[in-house]
Amino acid sequence: MKVILRIIRIALRHKWRLIGAYVAMAGAVAAYLMLPSLFQDAIDRIYFAFTEGGVSDLPRNELLTIAVAIVVLSIVRGVLSFFQTYLGEALSQLVSFDIRNRFYNHVQHLSFGFHDRHHTGNLMSRAITDVENIRMFINMGLVRMPYFMLLFIIAGIIMMWMDWRLGLLSTSFLPFVAYHSVVMRLKMRAIWLSVQEKMAELNTVLQENLTGVRVVKAFAAERHEEERYSTRNASVAEDMVEAEKLRASNTSFMNFAFLISLALILWFGGWRVINGEMTPGELAGFVFYMQILSMPVRMTAWMVNAYARATSAGQRLFEILDTESPVQEKPDAGEMPRVKGHVRFEDVSFSYDDDVPVLRNVNIDAQPGMVIALLGAPGSGKSTIVNLIPRFYDVAGGRVTIDGIDVRDVSFESLRRNVGFVQQDVFLFTTSMRENIAYGRESASAAEVTQAAKIAQLHDFIESLDQGYETPIGERGSTLSGGQRQRMSIARAVLLDPPVLILDDSTSSVDAGTEELIRQAMISVMQGRTTFVIAHRLSTVHRADLILVMQEGEIVEQGTHQELLAASGLYRDIYELQLRPQEEVMKDMEAPVIVTAEGGS
Amino acid sequence: MMGGGRGGGMLQGTRRGHIDDEVFGSVYNRRVVLRMIPYMFRYKGFAVIATLSMLVFTATQIAVPWFVATGIDEYILKDATFGQLTVLFAVFVGTAGLNWVSNYAQQLAMAKVGQGILFGLRRDMFAHLQKLSLSYYDKTEVGRIMSRVQGDTGQLQEFMALVVMTLGDMLSLAGIVIMLLVLNVKLGLISMVTIPILILIMAFWQPFARKAFMRVRVAISIVNGALNENITGIRVVQSMNRQDRNLEIFDDKNREHLNANLYASRLSSGLIGVVDVLTAVSIVLAIGFGAQMILNNELQVGALIGFILYIQRFFDPIRNLTMQYTQLQRSMASGSRIFDLLDTPLDLEDAPDAVELPRLRGEVEFRNLNFSYVPEEPILKNVNLHVNPGETVAIVGPTGAGKTSMVSLLSRFYDVPRGNGAILVDGWDIRDVTRNSLARQMSMVLQEPFLFSGTVRENIKYNNGDVTDMRMIEAAQAVNAHNFIMRLEDGYDTYLAERGVNLSLGQRQLLSFARAIVADPRVLILDEATANIDSYTEVLIQRALQNLLNDRTAIVIAHRLSTIRGADKIVVLNLGEVIEEGTHDQLLARNGLYSRLYAMNYASIEEPLELAGRADGDS
Repeated sequence: MKVILRIIRIALRHKWRLIGAYVAMAGAVAAYLMLPSLFQDAIDRIYFAFTEGGVSDLPRNELLTIAVAIVVLSIVRGVLSFFQTYLGEALSQLVSFDIRNRFYNHVQHLSFGFHDRHHTGNLMSRAITDVENIRMFINMGLVRMPYFMLLFIIAGIIMMWMDWRLGLLSTSFLPFVAYHSVVMRLKMRAIWLSVQEKMAELNTVLQENLTGVRVVKAFAAERHEEERYSTRNASVAEDMVEAEKLRASNTSFMNFAFLISLALILWFGGWRVINGEMTPGELAGFVFYMQILSMPVRMTAWMVNAYARATSAGQRLFEILDTESPVQEKPDAGEMPRVKGHVRFEDVSFSYDDDVPVLRNVNIDAQPGMVIALLGAPGSGKSTIVNLIPRFYDVAGGRVTIDGIDVRDVSFESLRRNVGFVQQDVFLFTTSMRENIAYGRESASAAEVTQAAKIAQLHDFIESLDQGYETPIGERGSTLSGGQRQRMSIARAVLLDPPVLILDDSTSSVDAGTEELIRQAMISVMQGRTTFVIAHRLSTVHRADLILVMQEGEIVEQGTHQELLAASGLYRDIYELQLRPQEEVMKDMEAPVIVTAEGGS
Repeated sequence: MMGGGRGGGMLQGTRRGHIDDEVFGSVYNRRVVLRMIPYMFRYKGFAVIATLSMLVFTATQIAVPWFVATGIDEYILKDATFGQLTVLFAVFVGTAGLNWVSNYAQQLAMAKVGQGILFGLRRDMFAHLQKLSLSYYDKTEVGRIMSRVQGDTGQLQEFMALVVMTLGDMLSLAGIVIMLLVLNVKLGLISMVTIPILILIMAFWQPFARKAFMRVRVAISIVNGALNENITGIRVVQSMNRQDRNLEIFDDKNREHLNANLYASRLSSGLIGVVDVLTAVSIVLAIGFGAQMILNNELQVGALIGFILYIQRFFDPIRNLTMQYTQLQRSMASGSRIFDLLDTPLDLEDAPDAVELPRLRGEVEFRNLNFSYVPEEPILKNVNLHVNPGETVAIVGPTGAGKTSMVSLLSRFYDVPRGNGAILVDGWDIRDVTRNSLARQMSMVLQEPFLFSGTVRENIKYNNGDVTDMRMIEAAQAVNAHNFIMRLEDGYDTYLAERGVNLSLGQRQLLSFARAIVADPRVLILDEATANIDSYTEVLIQRALQNLLNDRTAIVIAHRLSTIRGADKIVVLNLGEVIEEGTHDQLLARNGLYSRLYAMNYASIEEPLELAGRADGDS
């Protein structure tokens, strides 16, 4: 109920439309319900003219008046029901517009912690299906429900008033029918929910089968997969038939009930007409009113369904909209000026979900302009450390400062202007190359964009494209290779010109030509910035002013390459095992670099 | 009027693209209808029941006003006895009963047929997808296939509900016209005068409405696309502080969707008013002319009442038929896409006389192999390679040299056309054996570890469900995965959500190694299997492999020297040709490409010779 009230409150923001819809509705109901009595009047006049007199006695004027009244009332009804339908629809669309905007904006402000837990598909289904369900409720529940109720009540009263015995007889079991169909509808809902779940499962099997097609084929698991799919497929179909069965039994029963009530009217009403206690027109009037009544009763089930759906949809949506980002700006957050880049971690600890500590007692002192390399097994906390600097997450204990300012004391905007992030597999948006590079600074001039692309070693490639910087990028940047994407990310960072830079270079599978380009781009972009590198390449580790070796959330070793080798700890182990063969050839590493650089663009 | 239709609003997930198809698609597609018939034929009993009961149901529905009319004229106004009236009542109740039964039977039978067809289509599509070779998957995005199997069958489900509704509407329309004429030909014709007017209005309205609905659909897919992109790219959005600007852009798109909807609803609400007025005009005409005819004894009062009842029901089917046009168009487009998928030719099938491979020793031979994905663009040129059982062979070379193609061909992801050389295992040409018996003796570990939703156990025992837990644990221990698995919440029964997002990349790769080991392959293929993992984990895997490769043949694609040096043989591939072959030391001594690359590339050996001096070597 709370959820529904909240939805209604959103709708009330457009209260004039709602009031307009109600006014139009009241008028439409009145016009609609006057029609049967006009039909009835016309029939009686014709009937009595026929039984009591001859052709000349046809009450032409009265019939003409009735005819005009019918047409006029219908026009009024037509116009009013246009407004009622349109305003109701408009209201529902406005509400879904509002919710969609709010959802979009809220989600984009939630911290990484939230996005780690919520998958895109899940959020999308809320934005699509749940918003649609709420829209349906506004239209069906909030606007049409009163319409049908009004129709039902007034038509019922009119029938009672015309002939209470017949009225009672024909309407008495309608509430029962309505109740029955509501119960059925709720049962159906349960089945629908189960269908939906099974459907989701079915689609997961399909999606994984397609995405993992190489694995499926490599293991010759086609038959195994077909079985997995087939069982779920069959159970979806079974449930669907079950749901249809319920619906069929409900609608067919309802139709039957109406026919029976019509039969009763004909039987008792007919008898009363024969006995002269009722006119044929009145009997016809009953039939017409019954026809009008059938609609609201039939719709009760839909209403209840719309209501139930809106409740669960609202719950799901508000759950997101009410999620407070665990990372919040302080109300009195100041501006961080452009910093020199002195980054300090003081006794920092962190955990994603309270129980398992991810970082323990991390202390780092990065002087402006230093290059800090982070090394360690996956899950050792490297990424977490760098994510704390731009406050994608908040520390659990200790603090992170830049130039002595706690990152929690300043606005996101000013903080993130100072901290650039180069991701390894970066997300590209479906716009042009230029707009992608200038994503963080739309105001950048063409010259600045070109300059950034040059520094990122991307300019030559972009120029080689037909449309140059205006070339559109395909969905998820599918037209760029991994190395190009990474350099795109570097170009973005260059354009922002942040004093503190984070380079995530943890994985890589590019060929040497690309690797060399990336290396050069990285070297130029690091110039004059405090840089944190999640290291992978030996060249980067060598170059670092400080190497931090991470293990299970702690910095177990730190120092320069030479110092760490001398210390004979974990770093040396890794080096011996993995890096040493590379080191052998690195003795004259400078030579190939110069060759490449000279030969380069 | 009928209960059928309306799929409950589910299945209407995102369907991107195909807007064009929908805009330009036709309402009737012969191929789609013809191809659907066999699927329906499997449920022909139910289809017959559905058709028959639909006829009965429509007849009973149409009979109701006639009952009222006849009841009034022949019984009530003729002062029938109570007994006669009761007989009428009983007949009416009987008809109602028939209506109940036929209505139920109709809907149920329709559901059985409809769901049966969908089940069959989905099953066939899935089965067909399993048979398609990788060249299909190279060309087709997963999202596209998903929307075929998911979105388009959903559309088709709505389509079938719609066909039922349309048929019902047409039947009842015909029934009403007939009844109007049966009651009184002259008055029937008079009261149908408004139909041409309605048809004219519809004809004028239809193109606008169709365009408006298209606009709504385009708008919503743009809105959803924008939202999806923003959520997927959230890390960039936040680190670049784009939230405010993005909201502005989104607001525009969202507003266009709002406006499109408002316009469309003005159109559809307008039609409701028009129909109301036309109905009234028809009724007034019936009453006016009917009155005169009654006094002339050409018509009875009850018949006039019947007329009014029929006219009130008359316009609904017409209106429904117009509304269904756009939906029909969409469904036909969906159907046609479904059959496009089902008709995609299979380019890799077992030969009719294919034999089952016995357990292999592990000898592999590439003999004069030529291959290309696209004609005129050869990927492999006259490749010859002989691998003895138990040997470890490394294939190195720059990107695009054809390394992955070689191992893909060995696993028969693609087929080499006969006459372009052959691949032999233990002397068998792989095209002469069943793919199943071949693939079951090979395991592959790919660069991107891929896990399925399910438990760790299910993943390791993938397609090898009958393997004992003992062997599973041994495999996990062998690749150093056992310890971290035991640290997971439920150990081997831990559920891996969404393909193992709760594990790190390295951990996922360890699991896929374990999976490859459990399959107990005779030939193990590692396609850059350690390229995406950090040095630390790679070392662990390297150590593990030494034991595992003891008596197995291994073909390793790698770009890190450490992975390669221990190989029995190293093959250097460049531009589709084997240019050098030998052990690490031999190759170094030869002073060829390998040694030059080795000397020049401190960390990798992937650069083609031509590119060594150039900076921009991206592919």
